[in-house]
Amino acid sequence: MSGAPPRAAPRPAWLLALGVTAMVAWSLGPALWQALTAIKPDAQITRVPTVYLPQPPTLEHVRRLFERLPFEAYLANSAWVATWAMLLCVAIAALAAAALARMPGPGRLRLLLVLLFISLFPPILLLFPLYEGVRALGWINHPIALILPYAALNLPLAVWVLESAFRQLPREIDEAARVDGLAPIARLWRIHLPLAMPSVVTAAILVFIFCWNEFMLALTFMTRHDAKTVTAGIASVGSASLFEIPWGQLSAAIVVATLPLVFLVLLFERRIASGLTRGALKG
Amino acid sequence: MSRGPLIAKDLVKVFPDGTRALDGVSVSAAPGKVLTLLGPSGCGKSTLLRIIAGLEHATSGSIELDGRRLDDRAPGERDVGFVFQNYALYPHLSVAANLGLALEVRGVGREERERRVRETAERLGIGELLARRPAQLSGGQQQRVALGRALARRPRLYLLDEPLSNLDALLREDMRAELKALFAGVDASVVYVTHDQSEAMSLSDRVAVMRHGRVLQCASPLELYARPATLFVGTFVGGPRMTVWHGVRDSDSLAVGGVRVPVPAGLPGGPRLAVGIRPEDVIVSDGPLRDGLEVVRRLAEPLGARTLLTLEAGGQIARAMAEPREWPERLWMAWPQNRLHWFDAETEARLEPGGGG
Amino acid sequence: MTPRVWTRERMLSLLPAALLLALVVVLPIARVVALSVMRTEMDEGFRLEFAGLDPFVRLWQDGRWWTSLRNTAVFTASSVAAEMVLGIAFALLLHGSFRGRGLARAIVMLPWALPTAVMALAWSWIFNDSFGVANDLLRRLGLASEPIAWLGQGGTAMFAMVAADVWKTTPFVTLIVLAGLQAIPHEVMEAARVDGLNARQRLTRITLPLLVPSLIVALAFRMVQAYGAFDLVYVMTGGGPGGATETVSLYAYQNYFRYLDFGYGSAIATQGVLIAILLVLIVLRFTRGAGTRG
Repeated sequence: MSGAPPRAAPRPAWLLALGVTAMVAWSLGPALWQALTAIKPDAQITRVPTVYLPQPPTLEHVRRLFERLPFEAYLANSAWVATWAMLLCVAIAALAAAALARMPGPGRLRLLLVLLFISLFPPILLLFPLYEGVRALGWINHPIALILPYAALNLPLAVWVLESAFRQLPREIDEAARVDGLAPIARLWRIHLPLAMPSVVTAAILVFIFCWNEFMLALTFMTRHDAKTVTAGIASVGSASLFEIPWGQLSAAIVVATLPLVFLVLLFERRIASGLTRGALKG
Repeated sequence: MSRGPLIAKDLVKVFPDGTRALDGVSVSAAPGKVLTLLGPSGCGKSTLLRIIAGLEHATSGSIELDGRRLDDRAPGERDVGFVFQNYALYPHLSVAANLGLALEVRGVGREERERRVRETAERLGIGELLARRPAQLSGGQQQRVALGRALARRPRLYLLDEPLSNLDALLREDMRAELKALFAGVDASVVYVTHDQSEAMSLSDRVAVMRHGRVLQCASPLELYARPATLFVGTFVGGPRMTVWHGVRDSDSLAVGGVRVPVPAGLPGGPRLAVGIRPEDVIVSDGPLRDGLEVVRRLAEPLGARTLLTLEAGGQIARAMAEPREWPERLWMAWPQNRLHWFDAETEARLEPGGGG
Repeated sequence: MTPRVWTRERMLSLLPAALLLALVVVLPIARVVALSVMRTEMDEGFRLEFAGLDPFVRLWQDGRWWTSLRNTAVFTASSVAAEMVLGIAFALLLHGSFRGRGLARAIVMLPWALPTAVMALAWSWIFNDSFGVANDLLRRLGLASEPIAWLGQGGTAMFAMVAADVWKTTPFVTLIVLAGLQAIPHEVMEAARVDGLNARQRLTRITLPLLVPSLIVALAFRMVQAYGAFDLVYVMTGGGPGGATETVSLYAYQNYFRYLDFGYGSAIATQGVLIAILLVLIVLRFTRGAGTRG
């Protein structure tokens, strides 16, 4: 009767607890520190020795943040670009994945490997030609300049995730749909996608996260202040002059910029984990 | 070297979610003998086996092997060989390494180890496969390696968890015979788990029939067959299944639907009884039988050497093994009194005429 | 009946993806390779002139290129080595079941989900010489009497960058190793227990060998990713102090957008990537042997 793994022999419990605590503290630490700094009054930020807990906490920085920088614009831009790129990417990936999933012969694996190979190129290689193209098309500071490249750069990951999900759907369902007379697009939309929805959501989340976090293209293509995404906006302000940075506000900016992602991760942890490993483990 | 028996006493296992997998089980296996734990899924047989191996802990109870308590020992220190249902071979090691790992870990020298590995492999007919990896072996070969892994250690106790269930039917038959021969040559105790009653019957010296975490009867195969202690044991052991009729006592017979079955004198038990007869004990005839019943043939399943007939009378169904020929639709069936098995309908316990229970 | 592979349906389905990738990846790569053999002339405006292998000769003689290559190598090697060890440790911890494991896993994954560029700022704050937590902790633990100017010196700046990168990408390795761990049938581990292997032996003789394929995947991915790291370097150190942390990506970027030397920047980028591919191939060849041995 083998099914659920039985409980393992009890390891020294304290060792496990210590390890897990250290691991969690390490992972959470820097982000937590940022959050604390964001709500600390200025005087305490620059106190030496370091004050760890703000007394009392203040929302001053967050308030001033929105006054000083067009922060809402940054957030809106990031959301806009990431959402559209995600939709485009998943749509195109779904089409490709549907074709690959039922492809007989070695072609399928070869194409997937080509995809993998493409995804490994360091983006710096693509930056300048893309910049030339974007400029030539007059797309500087236009969201489309980011949406298209983001959709393309995330295709390999999305295709890997979706292809494996589609492949696991029983072939008979495809065949029944064909016998019932559904066209390929209809089959994709009404059979594959709904049945593979968990993987679609996973792929969408992963793509969204990558798009939100992207920096290099955003920095290069968005030069106007109000066109910047959140990553480019904060980072370029921050690295302006390291001497007169209002760390309180900057910390607030960092926290606000990363908060949506924190929520995403906490909510969809399991999905993200399985999507990532599937995308990478196939190699 | 004579070894002591395995004695498990009053084992109780309650899982964290409240499931009572074992409810006070006691079994023993003598060295050189095979004890089989037989029962349907969920009866607790695998749990019991794993507790004996040390892979799980009992909530209460004790286990002793060769006079020594096993309870506090890690699985590796119990001197037990375990054969897993899915073989659980080390995928990254060769067959030879699989067979020898336990020996290596115990510090057995390389020469001795290689000798034992070779011996064991030859005995199991896999001597040619020593350099291969599990992935390169067929199911049957993998199963032998799993067996060999236990054999090479010459442990005091062998535990086998449904080792044949993943093999196809033909292979299973062959392996069964081989296992029986193998066990005959071994002086350790063997505990075998299966849900296949014919496997249990053919391999064991004693069988413990389990259900819902309890041992219903622990006896030799023949005893189980001839004198099942409970209704469940009677229907589980022996195939095709025993026909069972439930009825109400009425003076000296049992009223079962439209049929009356004479109840032997002095049969204890309550007003409601169950009576069972094995298909192979039923007598069938074209013409009338004394003390027999006229029946209608509902189904005939030719099994080769015999034909299994499904018969009906008075709304009751019975099955009989008969000669392999055409049978008319109206027949006569009779059952020898001494072949009937009587059970109390409430307790399901076996009833003996003349007071025994 | 052998089904046809390239049906019209399939080709149409694959077309959008193929087009997009051709546009955003394939063409730019071709362009960059073309640019790398060009020289930028600045008389009235920019002119690109074919220069053959001259840019690569210039590269060979460019001290700053060699420095950037060395920095990249140091960064990649340190970062990946640390992540592999930490990733395996974390995965082992997360593999056993304990209360709150789901939450722990989510927290462990957090660093990976946060934007590198933004967290780079956070890290430079942590390593701030006057007010940073790093110095404060060192002082409190009695390990350093004077505040360290982390980002002001070459060696420590590199250390800070590696720390930030390890923090960010360990979850990636953790997840891959975790998946590898979960693929090991639990009965194999039980067989090992029955065979008498203790915890340490089970780890070294069963678990780790069976993890090798996952480790190779993680290694290959991380090497390429670390090599191409841009966000972290640009934001945290800007390549400083004095070029001590300038990586290949950053050097290429500077040539593109500060010196406007497009041809040379392209040469740097292409050369850098070629070296990366070579390294990965070497590592893969080397480790493939380890994976199938014994």
